[in-house]
Amino acid sequence: MSYQFDFGTVLEYWPMLLDGAETTLVMSFWSTLAGFVLGVVCAIARSSGGPVVRKAVGAYVEVIRNTPLIIQSYFFIFGLSSVGYTMSILAGAILALVINITAYTCEIVRAGIESVPRSQREAGECLGLSPLQVYWHVILVPALERVYPALTSQFVLLMLVTSLLSAVGTEDLFGVAENIQALTFRNFDVFVVLWVMYLIMSALVRGMFILAGKFMFVRKRKLGTLL
Amino acid sequence: MNPDQILYLLQGAWGTVLLSVLTFLFAGLLGLCMALMRVSDNRLLRYGASGYIQIIQGTPLLVIMGLCFYGPSVLGLGDTPALFAAVLALTIHSAAFLGEIWRGCIESVPRSQWEAAECLGLNRLQRMFKVILPQAIRIATPSTVGFMVQIVKNTSFASLVIGFAELSYNAKILNNSTFKPFLYFGVAAMLYFIICYPLSWLSLRLERRLTLAGS
Repeated sequence: MSYQFDFGTVLEYWPMLLDGAETTLVMSFWSTLAGFVLGVVCAIARSSGGPVVRKAVGAYVEVIRNTPLIIQSYFFIFGLSSVGYTMSILAGAILALVINITAYTCEIVRAGIESVPRSQREAGECLGLSPLQVYWHVILVPALERVYPALTSQFVLLMLVTSLLSAVGTEDLFGVAENIQALTFRNFDVFVVLWVMYLIMSALVRGMFILAGKFMFVRKRKLGTLL
Repeated sequence: MNPDQILYLLQGAWGTVLLSVLTFLFAGLLGLCMALMRVSDNRLLRYGASGYIQIIQGTPLLVIMGLCFYGPSVLGLGDTPALFAAVLALTIHSAAFLGEIWRGCIESVPRSQWEAAECLGLNRLQRMFKVILPQAIRIATPSTVGFMVQIVKNTSFASLVIGFAELSYNAKILNNSTFKPFLYFGVAAMLYFIICYPLSWLSLRLERRLTLAGS
Protein backbone atom coordinates (compact mmCIF):
# COMPACT_ATOMS: atom_id res chain seq x y z
CA MET A 1 0.00 0.00 0.00
CA SER A 2 1.66 3.18 -1.16
CA TYR A 3 -0.98 5.56 0.20
CA GLN A 4 0.26 8.02 2.77
CA PHE A 5 -2.34 9.00 5.33
CA ASP A 6 -2.23 12.67 6.17
CA PHE A 7 -4.55 13.32 9.07
CA GLY A 8 -2.54 16.39 10.08
CA THR A 9 -3.84 18.38 7.12
CA VAL A 10 -7.41 17.32 7.92
CA LEU A 11 -7.12 17.98 11.63
CA GLU A 12 -5.92 21.53 10.99
CA TYR A 13 -9.58 22.16 10.34
CA TRP A 14 -10.72 20.78 13.68
CA PRO A 15 -12.59 23.96 14.74
CA MET A 16 -14.76 23.51 11.63
CA LEU A 17 -15.28 19.85 12.48
CA LEU A 18 -16.30 20.72 16.04
CA ASP A 19 -18.73 23.35 14.78
CA GLY A 20 -20.18 20.76 12.42
CA ALA A 21 -20.52 18.20 15.19
CA GLU A 22 -22.33 20.80 17.28
CA THR A 23 -24.76 21.55 14.43
CA THR A 24 -25.39 17.82 14.00
CA LEU A 25 -26.19 17.48 17.70
CA VAL A 26 -28.42 20.59 17.68
CA MET A 27 -30.34 19.27 14.66
CA SER A 28 -30.71 15.86 16.30
CA PHE A 29 -31.79 17.34 19.63
CA TRP A 30 -34.62 19.49 18.26
CA SER A 31 -35.87 16.88 15.81
CA THR A 32 -35.78 14.18 18.51
CA LEU A 33 -37.68 16.37 20.96
CA ALA A 34 -40.32 17.57 18.50
CA GLY A 35 -40.53 14.15 16.82
CA PHE A 36 -41.07 12.43 20.15
CA VAL A 37 -43.87 14.76 21.29
CA LEU A 38 -45.63 14.75 17.91
CA GLY A 39 -45.07 11.01 17.52
CA VAL A 40 -46.75 10.28 20.85
CA VAL A 41 -49.66 12.56 19.89
CA CYS A 42 -50.00 10.75 16.56
CA ALA A 43 -49.83 7.36 18.28
CA ILE A 44 -52.62 8.35 20.68
CA ALA A 45 -54.67 9.67 17.75
CA ARG A 46 -54.05 6.51 15.74
CA SER A 47 -54.95 4.12 18.55
CA SER A 48 -57.91 5.96 20.08
CA GLY A 49 -59.06 8.68 17.66
CA GLY A 50 -62.13 8.66 15.42
CA PRO A 51 -62.11 6.70 12.15
CA VAL A 52 -61.19 9.74 10.01
CA VAL A 53 -58.29 10.73 12.28
CA ARG A 54 -57.04 7.15 12.35
CA LYS A 55 -57.10 6.87 8.56
CA ALA A 56 -55.37 10.23 8.13
CA VAL A 57 -52.58 9.45 10.59
CA GLY A 58 -52.25 5.95 9.12
CA ALA A 59 -51.86 7.36 5.60
CA TYR A 60 -49.24 9.88 6.80
CA VAL A 61 -47.26 7.16 8.55
CA GLU A 62 -47.38 4.83 5.53
CA VAL A 63 -46.34 7.52 3.05
CA ILE A 64 -43.39 8.63 5.18
CA ARG A 65 -42.24 5.12 6.03
CA ASN A 66 -42.32 3.99 2.42
CA THR A 67 -40.37 6.86 0.86
CA PRO A 68 -36.74 7.83 1.49
CA LEU A 69 -35.81 10.78 3.69
CA ILE A 70 -33.76 12.41 0.94
CA ILE A 71 -36.81 12.65 -1.36
CA GLN A 72 -38.91 13.98 1.52
CA SER A 73 -36.38 16.70 2.31
CA TYR A 74 -36.03 17.73 -1.35
CA PHE A 75 -39.82 17.75 -1.63
CA PHE A 76 -40.42 19.93 1.43
CA ILE A 77 -37.38 22.20 1.33
CA PHE A 78 -37.05 22.82 -2.41
CA GLY A 79 -40.83 22.60 -2.82
CA LEU A 80 -41.66 25.19 -0.19
CA SER A 81 -39.02 27.57 -1.48
CA SER A 82 -40.32 27.16 -5.05
CA VAL A 83 -43.73 28.50 -3.97
CA GLY A 84 -42.04 31.45 -2.26
CA TYR A 85 -42.00 30.13 1.29
CA THR A 86 -38.39 30.44 2.33
CA MET A 87 -36.76 29.60 5.64
CA SER A 88 -33.24 29.09 6.92
CA ILE A 89 -31.54 25.90 5.76
CA LEU A 90 -31.26 24.68 9.34
CA ALA A 91 -34.97 25.23 10.03
CA GLY A 92 -35.90 23.48 6.78
CA ALA A 93 -33.65 20.54 7.60
CA ILE A 94 -35.12 20.20 11.10
CA LEU A 95 -38.64 20.42 9.64
CA ALA A 96 -37.90 17.59 7.21
CA LEU A 97 -36.36 15.48 9.97
CA VAL A 98 -39.34 16.08 12.28
CA ILE A 99 -41.85 15.12 9.59
CA ASN A 100 -39.83 11.94 9.05
CA ILE A 101 -39.10 10.87 12.63
CA THR A 102 -42.65 11.60 13.83
CA ALA A 103 -43.98 8.81 11.63
CA TYR A 104 -41.48 6.28 12.97
CA THR A 105 -42.03 7.34 16.60
CA CYS A 106 -45.79 7.09 16.07
CA GLU A 107 -45.50 3.51 14.84
CA ILE A 108 -43.20 2.43 17.69
CA VAL A 109 -45.30 4.07 20.43
CA ARG A 110 -48.52 2.71 18.94
CA ALA A 111 -47.09 -0.81 19.16
CA GLY A 112 -46.34 -0.10 22.84
CA ILE A 113 -49.85 1.22 23.54
CA GLU A 114 -51.42 -1.80 21.87
CA SER A 115 -49.26 -4.17 23.88
CA VAL A 116 -50.86 -3.05 27.17
CA PRO A 117 -53.41 -5.76 28.02
CA ARG A 118 -57.06 -4.75 28.34
CA SER A 119 -57.17 -6.16 31.83
CA GLN A 120 -54.67 -3.54 32.98
CA ARG A 121 -57.02 -0.77 31.93
CA GLU A 122 -59.94 -2.44 33.66
CA ALA A 123 -57.90 -2.97 36.81
CA GLY A 124 -57.03 0.74 36.78
CA GLU A 125 -60.69 1.65 36.48
CA CYS A 126 -61.57 -0.68 39.35
CA LEU A 127 -59.04 1.12 41.51
CA GLY A 128 -61.08 4.29 40.96
CA LEU A 129 -58.59 6.13 38.76
CA SER A 130 -60.06 8.78 36.47
CA PRO A 131 -59.94 8.04 32.69
CA LEU A 132 -57.07 10.51 32.33
CA GLN A 133 -55.15 8.89 35.20
CA VAL A 134 -55.73 5.46 33.68
CA TYR A 135 -54.46 6.64 30.31
CA TRP A 136 -51.37 8.27 31.77
CA HIS A 137 -50.30 5.87 34.54
CA VAL A 138 -51.60 2.55 33.23
CA ILE A 139 -51.31 2.87 29.46
CA LEU A 140 -48.99 5.59 28.19
CA VAL A 141 -46.07 5.52 30.64
CA PRO A 142 -45.76 1.70 30.75
CA ALA A 143 -46.10 1.63 26.95
CA LEU A 144 -43.25 4.14 26.60
CA GLU A 145 -41.15 2.19 29.06
CA ARG A 146 -41.67 -0.95 27.02
CA VAL A 147 -40.69 0.60 23.67
CA TYR A 148 -37.91 2.79 25.07
CA PRO A 149 -35.08 0.58 23.69
CA ALA A 150 -36.63 0.70 20.21
CA LEU A 151 -37.06 4.47 20.47
CA THR A 152 -33.43 4.81 21.54
CA SER A 153 -32.22 2.93 18.46
CA GLN A 154 -34.47 5.03 16.25
CA PHE A 155 -33.15 8.30 17.67
CA VAL A 156 -29.52 7.19 17.37
CA LEU A 157 -30.25 6.34 13.74
CA LEU A 158 -31.79 9.80 13.39
CA MET A 159 -28.57 11.41 14.61
CA LEU A 160 -26.59 9.42 12.04
CA VAL A 161 -29.01 10.18 9.24
CA THR A 162 -28.84 13.97 9.75
CA SER A 163 -25.73 13.63 7.58
CA LEU A 164 -28.09 13.22 4.63
CA LEU A 165 -29.37 16.77 5.07
CA SER A 166 -25.98 18.10 3.98
CA ALA A 167 -27.45 17.50 0.51
CA VAL A 168 -29.66 20.55 1.01
CA GLY A 169 -26.75 22.56 2.35
CA THR A 170 -26.71 22.24 6.14
CA GLU A 171 -23.36 22.90 7.83
CA ASP A 172 -23.58 19.75 9.91
CA LEU A 173 -20.57 17.48 10.50
CA PHE A 174 -20.98 15.81 7.12
CA GLY A 175 -21.54 19.08 5.26
CA VAL A 176 -18.49 20.66 6.87
CA ALA A 177 -16.44 17.57 6.02
CA GLU A 178 -17.38 17.96 2.37
CA ASN A 179 -16.04 21.51 2.48
CA ILE A 180 -12.80 20.24 4.02
CA GLN A 181 -12.53 17.64 1.24
CA ALA A 182 -12.83 20.42 -1.31
CA LEU A 183 -10.11 22.41 0.48
CA THR A 184 -7.63 19.58 1.05
CA PHE A 185 -8.43 16.89 -1.56
CA ARG A 186 -7.81 14.33 1.22
CA ASN A 187 -11.20 12.67 0.70
CA PHE A 188 -10.40 9.31 2.22
CA ASP A 189 -8.63 10.76 5.26
CA VAL A 190 -11.58 13.06 5.88
CA PHE A 191 -13.93 10.07 5.80
CA VAL A 192 -11.79 8.19 8.32
CA VAL A 193 -11.87 11.19 10.68
CA LEU A 194 -15.66 11.46 10.16
CA TRP A 195 -16.07 7.79 10.90
CA VAL A 196 -14.32 8.11 14.27
CA MET A 197 -16.26 11.26 15.16
CA TYR A 198 -19.64 9.75 14.34
CA LEU A 199 -18.79 6.61 16.31
CA ILE A 200 -17.98 8.71 19.37
CA MET A 201 -21.15 10.77 18.91
CA SER A 202 -23.41 7.74 18.52
CA ALA A 203 -21.91 6.20 21.66
CA LEU A 204 -22.51 9.49 23.50
CA VAL A 205 -26.10 9.81 22.31
CA ARG A 206 -26.87 6.18 23.14
CA GLY A 207 -25.33 6.59 26.59
CA MET A 208 -27.38 9.71 27.23
CA PHE A 209 -30.59 7.91 26.29
CA ILE A 210 -29.77 5.02 28.64
CA LEU A 211 -29.08 7.50 31.44
CA ALA A 212 -32.25 9.46 30.73
CA GLY A 213 -34.21 6.20 30.75
CA LYS A 214 -32.94 5.44 34.23
CA PHE A 215 -34.30 8.78 35.46
CA MET A 216 -37.58 8.63 33.58
CA PHE A 217 -38.62 5.10 34.41
CA VAL A 218 -38.29 4.97 38.18
CA ARG A 219 -40.16 1.70 38.55
CA LYS A 220 -37.72 -0.13 36.35
CA ARG A 221 -34.73 1.36 38.17
CA LYS A 222 -36.09 0.36 41.56
CA LEU A 223 -37.40 -3.08 40.73
CA GLY A 224 -35.02 -3.92 37.90
CA THR A 225 -37.66 -5.98 36.11
CA LEU A 226 -39.00 -5.77 32.62
CA LEU A 227 -42.66 -5.02 32.13
CA MET B 1 -43.58 16.38 -17.72
CA ASN B 2 -42.74 14.93 -21.15
CA PRO B 3 -42.26 11.24 -22.00
CA ASP B 4 -38.48 11.59 -21.98
CA GLN B 5 -38.54 12.80 -18.42
CA ILE B 6 -40.86 10.00 -17.34
CA LEU B 7 -38.55 7.52 -19.02
CA TYR B 8 -35.58 9.09 -17.23
CA LEU B 9 -37.28 8.66 -13.86
CA LEU B 10 -38.19 5.07 -14.70
CA GLN B 11 -34.55 4.40 -15.61
CA GLY B 12 -33.69 5.76 -12.17
CA ALA B 13 -36.24 3.44 -10.60
CA TRP B 14 -34.58 0.56 -12.44
CA GLY B 15 -31.24 1.59 -10.92
CA THR B 16 -32.89 1.59 -7.50
CA VAL B 17 -34.31 -1.90 -8.02
CA LEU B 18 -30.96 -3.20 -9.29
CA LEU B 19 -29.10 -1.79 -6.29
CA SER B 20 -31.72 -3.17 -3.90
CA VAL B 21 -31.65 -6.69 -5.32
CA LEU B 22 -27.85 -6.92 -5.40
CA THR B 23 -27.63 -5.49 -1.89
CA PHE B 24 -30.19 -7.92 -0.55
CA LEU B 25 -28.36 -10.89 -2.05
CA PHE B 26 -24.93 -9.97 -0.71
CA ALA B 27 -26.15 -8.53 2.59
CA GLY B 28 -28.22 -11.68 3.09
CA LEU B 29 -25.10 -13.85 2.80
CA LEU B 30 -22.94 -11.64 5.01
CA GLY B 31 -25.81 -11.09 7.45
CA LEU B 32 -26.34 -14.83 7.82
CA CYS B 33 -22.63 -15.25 8.58
CA MET B 34 -22.90 -12.49 11.20
CA ALA B 35 -26.00 -14.05 12.79
CA LEU B 36 -24.34 -17.48 12.95
CA MET B 37 -21.16 -15.98 14.38
CA ARG B 38 -23.19 -14.15 17.03
CA VAL B 39 -24.65 -17.43 18.32
CA SER B 40 -21.44 -19.40 17.87
CA ASP B 41 -19.70 -21.26 20.72
CA ASN B 42 -16.41 -19.65 19.75
CA ARG B 43 -15.89 -16.49 21.79
CA LEU B 44 -13.65 -14.90 19.16
CA LEU B 45 -16.28 -15.26 16.42
CA ARG B 46 -18.97 -13.95 18.76
CA TYR B 47 -17.02 -10.86 19.76
CA GLY B 48 -15.91 -10.27 16.18
CA ALA B 49 -19.47 -10.23 14.87
CA SER B 50 -20.77 -8.16 17.74
CA GLY B 51 -17.95 -5.63 17.26
CA TYR B 52 -18.74 -5.40 13.55
CA ILE B 53 -22.43 -4.82 14.24
CA GLN B 54 -21.77 -2.21 16.94
CA ILE B 55 -19.35 -0.26 14.75
CA ILE B 56 -21.49 -0.32 11.62
CA GLN B 57 -24.67 0.61 13.48
CA GLY B 58 -22.80 3.62 14.89
CA THR B 59 -21.61 4.84 11.48
CA PRO B 60 -23.74 6.86 9.06
CA LEU B 61 -24.36 5.08 5.77
CA LEU B 62 -22.97 8.12 3.92
CA VAL B 63 -19.61 7.70 5.68
CA ILE B 64 -19.53 4.00 4.72
CA MET B 65 -20.32 5.09 1.15
CA GLY B 66 -17.37 7.49 1.21
CA LEU B 67 -14.98 4.89 2.62
CA CYS B 68 -16.09 2.34 0.00
CA PHE B 69 -15.86 4.85 -2.83
CA TYR B 70 -12.41 6.25 -2.05
CA GLY B 71 -11.02 3.23 -0.18
CA PRO B 72 -10.23 0.91 -3.12
CA SER B 73 -8.15 3.54 -4.92
CA VAL B 74 -6.29 4.20 -1.67
CA LEU B 75 -5.47 0.50 -1.50
CA GLY B 76 -4.10 0.81 -5.04
CA LEU B 77 -6.93 -1.04 -6.78
CA GLY B 78 -7.63 1.78 -9.22
CA ASP B 79 -10.88 3.66 -9.73
CA THR B 80 -14.05 2.28 -8.19
CA PRO B 81 -17.12 1.85 -10.41
CA ALA B 82 -20.13 3.58 -8.81
CA LEU B 83 -22.27 0.43 -8.82
CA PHE B 84 -19.56 -1.57 -7.04
CA ALA B 85 -18.99 1.06 -4.35
CA ALA B 86 -22.72 1.52 -3.76
CA VAL B 87 -23.44 -2.21 -3.46
CA LEU B 88 -20.39 -2.71 -1.23
CA ALA B 89 -21.43 0.09 1.15
CA LEU B 90 -25.08 -0.94 1.26
CA THR B 91 -24.03 -4.56 1.86
CA ILE B 92 -21.72 -3.65 4.75
CA HIS B 93 -24.48 -1.53 6.30
CA SER B 94 -27.41 -3.89 5.76
CA ALA B 95 -25.51 -7.01 6.87
CA ALA B 96 -25.09 -5.51 10.35
CA PHE B 97 -28.82 -4.92 10.68
CA LEU B 98 -29.86 -8.24 9.10
CA GLY B 99 -27.34 -10.08 11.28
CA GLU B 100 -28.90 -8.56 14.39
CA ILE B 101 -32.47 -9.29 13.24
CA TRP B 102 -31.64 -12.88 12.38
CA ARG B 103 -29.74 -13.49 15.60
CA GLY B 104 -32.91 -12.54 17.46
CA CYS B 105 -34.88 -15.02 15.34
CA ILE B 106 -32.38 -17.83 15.91
CA GLU B 107 -32.43 -17.18 19.65
CA SER B 108 -36.21 -17.14 19.74
CA VAL B 109 -36.35 -20.81 18.70
CA PRO B 110 -37.10 -22.54 22.01
CA ARG B 111 -34.11 -23.93 23.90
CA SER B 112 -35.82 -27.34 24.09
CA GLN B 113 -35.43 -27.69 20.33
CA TRP B 114 -31.64 -27.52 20.72
CA GLU B 115 -31.74 -30.05 23.49
CA ALA B 116 -34.03 -32.42 21.61
CA ALA B 117 -31.78 -32.24 18.56
CA GLU B 118 -28.78 -32.97 20.76
CA CYS B 119 -30.56 -36.00 22.24
CA LEU B 120 -31.11 -37.29 18.73
CA GLY B 121 -27.35 -37.36 18.33
CA LEU B 122 -27.11 -34.57 15.75
CA ASN B 123 -23.85 -32.64 15.75
CA ARG B 124 -23.77 -28.86 16.12
CA LEU B 125 -23.84 -28.15 12.39
CA GLN B 126 -26.73 -30.55 11.80
CA ARG B 127 -28.62 -29.10 14.75
CA MET B 128 -28.26 -25.60 13.33
CA PHE B 129 -29.09 -26.35 9.71
CA LYS B 130 -31.64 -29.15 10.11
CA VAL B 131 -33.50 -28.13 13.24
CA ILE B 132 -32.97 -24.51 14.26
CA LEU B 133 -32.63 -22.59 10.99
CA PRO B 134 -35.76 -24.02 9.32
CA GLN B 135 -37.79 -22.81 12.30
CA ALA B 136 -35.91 -19.52 12.56
CA ILE B 137 -36.54 -18.74 8.89
CA ARG B 138 -40.29 -18.84 9.48
CA ILE B 139 -39.95 -16.40 12.37
CA ALA B 140 -37.56 -14.21 10.40
CA THR B 141 -39.60 -13.79 7.22
CA PRO B 142 -41.84 -10.84 8.25
CA SER B 143 -39.01 -8.71 9.66
CA THR B 144 -36.75 -9.57 6.73
CA VAL B 145 -39.37 -8.44 4.22
CA GLY B 146 -39.79 -5.32 6.35
CA PHE B 147 -36.06 -4.70 6.20
CA MET B 148 -36.15 -4.91 2.40
CA VAL B 149 -38.09 -1.64 2.54
CA GLN B 150 -35.16 -0.11 4.43
CA ILE B 151 -32.76 -1.38 1.77
CA VAL B 152 -34.81 0.17 -1.04
CA LYS B 153 -34.93 3.50 0.78
CA ASN B 154 -31.24 3.33 1.68
CA THR B 155 -30.25 2.99 -1.99
CA SER B 156 -31.13 6.71 -2.23
CA PHE B 157 -27.95 7.42 -0.22
CA ALA B 158 -25.97 6.31 -3.27
CA SER B 159 -27.09 9.46 -5.07
CA LEU B 160 -24.95 11.63 -2.81
CA VAL B 161 -21.30 10.71 -2.26
CA ILE B 162 -21.07 8.19 -5.08
CA GLY B 163 -23.48 9.75 -7.55
CA PHE B 164 -24.98 6.50 -8.79
CA ALA B 165 -27.82 7.21 -11.23
CA GLU B 166 -30.77 5.84 -9.25
CA LEU B 167 -34.20 7.34 -8.71
CA SER B 168 -33.28 10.16 -6.29
CA TYR B 169 -30.31 11.15 -8.40
CA ASN B 170 -32.32 11.32 -11.61
CA ALA B 171 -35.14 13.23 -9.91
CA LYS B 172 -32.61 15.76 -8.63
CA ILE B 173 -31.09 16.17 -12.10
CA LEU B 174 -34.53 16.83 -13.58
CA ASN B 175 -35.34 19.33 -10.84
CA ASN B 176 -32.03 21.13 -11.30
CA SER B 177 -32.84 21.85 -14.93
CA THR B 178 -36.56 22.63 -14.59
CA PHE B 179 -37.14 23.84 -10.99
CA LYS B 180 -40.40 22.01 -10.42
CA PRO B 181 -39.59 20.26 -7.14
CA PHE B 182 -43.12 19.28 -6.17
CA LEU B 183 -43.64 17.57 -9.52
CA TYR B 184 -40.40 15.59 -9.83
CA PHE B 185 -39.90 14.71 -6.19
CA GLY B 186 -43.60 13.94 -5.89
CA VAL B 187 -43.40 11.48 -8.79
CA ALA B 188 -40.16 10.03 -7.42
CA ALA B 189 -41.79 9.58 -4.01
CA MET B 190 -44.72 7.82 -5.72
CA LEU B 191 -42.35 5.45 -7.52
CA TYR B 192 -40.58 4.64 -4.24
CA PHE B 193 -43.96 4.10 -2.63
CA ILE B 194 -44.99 1.71 -5.41
CA ILE B 195 -41.85 -0.34 -4.78
CA CYS B 196 -41.95 -0.21 -0.98
CA TYR B 197 -45.60 -0.36 -0.02
CA PRO B 198 -46.27 -3.92 -1.29
CA LEU B 199 -43.27 -5.09 0.75
CA SER B 200 -44.54 -3.31 3.89
CA TRP B 201 -47.99 -4.76 3.34
CA LEU B 202 -46.61 -8.27 2.84
CA SER B 203 -44.47 -7.97 5.95
CA LEU B 204 -47.47 -7.02 8.07
CA ARG B 205 -49.56 -9.86 6.65
CA LEU B 206 -46.84 -12.44 7.25
CA GLU B 207 -46.44 -11.16 10.78
CA ARG B 208 -50.16 -11.49 11.50
CA ARG B 209 -50.16 -15.00 10.10
CA LEU B 210 -47.19 -15.88 12.29
CA THR B 211 -48.84 -14.52 15.47
CA LEU B 212 -52.03 -16.40 14.64
CA ALA B 213 -50.08 -19.61 14.09
CA GLY B 214 -48.20 -19.09 17.33
CA SER B 215 -51.23 -18.46 19.50
